[in-house]
Amino acid sequence: MAKLNVNIGALSLKNPVMTASGTFGYGVEFEDFIDLSGLGGIIVKGTTLKPREGNDYPRMAETASGMLNCVGLQNKGVDYFCEHIYPQIKDIDTNMIVNVSGSSPEDYAECAARIDALDKIPAIELNISCPNVKDGGMAFGVTCAGASSVVKAVRQAYHKTLIVKLSPNVTDIAEIARAVEAEGADSVSLINTLMGMAIDVEKRKKVLSIGTGGLSGPCVKPVALRMVYQVAKAVKIPVVGLGGISSAKDALEFLMAGATAIEIGTANFLDPAVTIKVRDGINEWLDAHGCQDIHEIIGCL
Amino acid sequence: MKKYILDLSVKAVERLSDKHVLLRLTDEKPLPEMLPGQFVEVRVDGSSSTFLRRPISINFVDREANELWLMVAMVGEGTRKLGELKPGDTLNCVLPLGNGFTLPCDGIAGHKVLLVGGGVGVAPLLYLGEELQKQGCEVTFLLGGRSAKDLLELDLFNKYGRVCVTTEDGTMGEKGFVTNHSVLSESFDKIYTCGPTPMMKAVARYASEKAIDCEASLENMMACGLGACLCCVEKTTEGNLCVCKDGPVFNIKRLLWQN
Repeated sequence: MAKLNVNIGALSLKNPVMTASGTFGYGVEFEDFIDLSGLGGIIVKGTTLKPREGNDYPRMAETASGMLNCVGLQNKGVDYFCEHIYPQIKDIDTNMIVNVSGSSPEDYAECAARIDALDKIPAIELNISCPNVKDGGMAFGVTCAGASSVVKAVRQAYHKTLIVKLSPNVTDIAEIARAVEAEGADSVSLINTLMGMAIDVEKRKKVLSIGTGGLSGPCVKPVALRMVYQVAKAVKIPVVGLGGISSAKDALEFLMAGATAIEIGTANFLDPAVTIKVRDGINEWLDAHGCQDIHEIIGCL
Repeated sequence: MKKYILDLSVKAVERLSDKHVLLRLTDEKPLPEMLPGQFVEVRVDGSSSTFLRRPISINFVDREANELWLMVAMVGEGTRKLGELKPGDTLNCVLPLGNGFTLPCDGIAGHKVLLVGGGVGVAPLLYLGEELQKQGCEVTFLLGGRSAKDLLELDLFNKYGRVCVTTEDGTMGEKGFVTNHSVLSESFDKIYTCGPTPMMKAVARYASEKAIDCEASLENMMACGLGACLCCVEKTTEGNLCVCKDGPVFNIKRLLWQN
């Protein structure tokens, strides 16, 4: 059994396997299938300062080896989270991380400050990359100035581990990563979904209610892997890799490309127990290859 | 209710029509508890264009034979692949998912219930009808289809209640839509419906006018089936709710169908 624990800033993970926001609910939805304490971390659904109803149905389109979604950050707001959801999840024995979104730097900072006050939430993942909301979201994540402004505001209000989730819908993702690192981010996670579209040819209409959506699943993995590799070379802070990871082999690719930890997203829909299988598969691979510690392969390229 | 991921084995595949098959699944162990109205997310293997699991409602649970029945409408490549399953194959299932129909409480034997189904939407009504009959309800099924060949499992429905039928072309039963059937002139204590949305909306209108309590089972496009992705939402009096986790069965009072 190799050592699997890794650190993201001040955050220590018992293993590098986490779940991606918006694909794992608040964790409890999956407790019949896996032991949640076996995960390195759970990144819960995107949370905003005020409640959001999200976009209209239809919000999902199946694609070849993936899916598009335009959920649009539906959530009941940070106050509801603190009062009603936090008490239900605070004793889950893993890192419970909240994904935070907003429509202005002040929104993000206020939402982050509320979560800073919660003892059992050791980190947030700042979502500056949601492609499905008009106001804010990805608008901040596609320019260095926008990304910097949000991270700067949140860094002043939030004192624990700050992970910034990056958008792949940019010309140079490494440049954005360097910008958020300069503002004090402890880590970057990437990639959020790639903006895409689907058309119903019989109806001659767009499939999704807002026309476009974020593409996820195995089809995005090569793009995500390339970006993780580029960003890991560009920054000194730890990188969290995600995008289409469905197996231990996929996860190992991201780790070798330079990710210190990984997130599993869409694959949870296909196999609700996939996360634990990936963890076990990483461990078996390390054992089979005589590795004592996962750090022997992180960024080994 | 605890959910499971199970590799069930295909015991039999029955062709119900040119577009429908019945999969009879079993397991070495007793199947978990499942309620009428709940559904199963099945994994489709061997279809390159099918990425997500397919939600299929529970048609029937035969406890004696330890069988779970799934009625599959072959509408796309994924469901056609399910139609190609053979006895002895395995089918990976996540179950049971969602909330079932509300059953009347004990002590109201003689309760008159109407179960209105259209197309493949008749599927969950068989298991529901059996349960209602067991509880002493007087069960009437009102089943609609385009043509006689679209009406499925009629012999089975007959075991659990009176069966009324409509077809759009008049090849069986009364001609027209279910909401035109003469049985609707009778009085009922409760209505359950599952089928195409326009049909369920028409049934809901009828129920509202007659002030009859009514539940509808929805089938919005789903991804996770667990309430995690929030893709299958329906607008309700409580805001957007997940059909997979908060439904698929909703009392029509919670739906915003009158708009």
